[in-house]
Amino acid sequence: MKYLLLIYSNSPERWEHPIFLRTPEFQAMPEDERAELVERAEALHREIVESGEFVVGTALADPALTRTARPRDGVPAITDGPYVEAKEQLAGYFVIDCDSPERAAEIAAGFPDARLGAVEIRPVMDVSGQEM
Amino acid sequence: MNPGPEIEDLLRRVAPQVLAALVRQRGDFEAAEDAVQEALLAAATLWPEHGVPDRPEGWLITVASRRMTDRFRSDHASRQREERLAARTPPDELAAPAADAAAVRPDDTLTLLLLCCHPSLTPPSQIALTLRAVGGLTTAEIARSFLVPEATMAQRISRAKQRIRMAGARFHLPPEDERADRLRSVLHVLYLVFNEGYTATSGPDLHRSDLTREAIRLTRIVRALLPDDGEVAGLLALMLLTDARRPARTRPDGSLVPLAEQDRSLWRREPVEEGIELLTRSLATSPLGPYQVQAAIAAVHAEADRADDTDWAQIVGLYRLLEDLDPSPVVTLNHAVAVAMVHGPRAGLAVIEPLDGDDRMSGHHRLHAVRAHLLEMAGDHEGARSGYLRAARLTTSIPERRYLQGRAARLDDHR
Repeated sequence: MKYLLLIYSNSPERWEHPIFLRTPEFQAMPEDERAELVERAEALHREIVESGEFVVGTALADPALTRTARPRDGVPAITDGPYVEAKEQLAGYFVIDCDSPERAAEIAAGFPDARLGAVEIRPVMDVSGQEM
Repeated sequence: MNPGPEIEDLLRRVAPQVLAALVRQRGDFEAAEDAVQEALLAAATLWPEHGVPDRPEGWLITVASRRMTDRFRSDHASRQREERLAARTPPDELAAPAADAAAVRPDDTLTLLLLCCHPSLTPPSQIALTLRAVGGLTTAEIARSFLVPEATMAQRISRAKQRIRMAGARFHLPPEDERADRLRSVLHVLYLVFNEGYTATSGPDLHRSDLTREAIRLTRIVRALLPDDGEVAGLLALMLLTDARRPARTRPDGSLVPLAEQDRSLWRREPVEEGIELLTRSLATSPLGPYQVQAAIAAVHAEADRADDTDWAQIVGLYRLLEDLDPSPVVTLNHAVAVAMVHGPRAGLAVIEPLDGDDRMSGHHRLHAVRAHLLEMAGDHEGARSGYLRAARLTTSIPERRYLQGRAARLDDHR
């Protein structure tokens, strides 16, 4: 089963990847705790690549660069800014292919971004189906 | 690269024997598996142009063995550079492998299958490794079938091989007392490969139906090695009887046709006959197991020329057996549908009632779809309609969702 893991940031004014590094909570942590969290994030990434669960993943550019297309009646309307105004901004995403919803949740919760912001887990639709 | 069907078939047939011979000779499953892939690739490039050698297995063993030696030497050389260690001469047998020494043994393919389906691996890894090492598929082909990038699939395969090494598994048939259990996991992997290929797709996707053919081919090989095993015969029969329905189970636009509405004249007769014959023989001679019972259910469906002629009472009996042998929520759901056909929808609903308390099922689209179907039979169209819609929201399959929304819409018309 494939899942899209959406990594959200709630402090879009400080944009740097990995995004959790810039959160005030992270910066307030003692040095060793921060180091441990960074190490854990790297270990998780290694783990899902080596297990063959990682499909694709990307970090997104600063929301200041976001543009939205809303063509209407043949008029190509492109505006600066996001589709939905929100404090939380999408910072990056992963597509993983894993054995169960539980495993997807385990991976998502393992990102430090989950602890310091939020990671959304969205199942990906399959083009095939079972006979009913 | 496309070497043509004849060479491709030949390569896929001899691949496991070549690998087994090499593992026996050299002892390193991980390296041998990589080397055989390279040799297969070389053969697929060279043979169409230069002709197939007299002894294809010998050729492949020699080429793969040479690759292993080259790899060993270059690894060795880089180790030397890095560590500034004195040279170690590789053992003689590494430098000059004799192809003749690697005689092909019939049991090898079985040993290889058991190794690839080692219990230390997750099912996705077992599947990937089995298709590559035993099926002779390339990593790219396997990746396409499972709709993931090649790098992802390559990782899965190399992780699987590492796990096997770490588990200390050897290239031997497991001891007699473990063999039955280990064979179950091989059959389960073949069953999963089949199912992966049998899912209907909303678009022309030949790669996935290749998996069905591959599962049947590999199960035939196991059957030839273990002709007296009733469950191997049962699994092969189940695959043949199920695959026979393929032409009837989707419309040209890719939408799903449920069993009850399939045009049975489209079912392929030849696999049906072969499946029934296999099953009849195994039921007469072997102890009963879950694959044989599932095949028997498929056979009862196959024997009815029209959906209305289905012997549902017999199917209910078979599902009861299956619930004893290998209970699962999915078996209970199918059992409920059969019970409803014999004793009415209320009796069917009673069968699925316990599943409401089952965490595995309460959020599962299949439970809601079956309940909706039974409510529709019972005349509760409002309940059925909301059940279908709930099921449609819960499935992650595009054709299933479309089908379930269609069932709900049909009830709209009768409001």
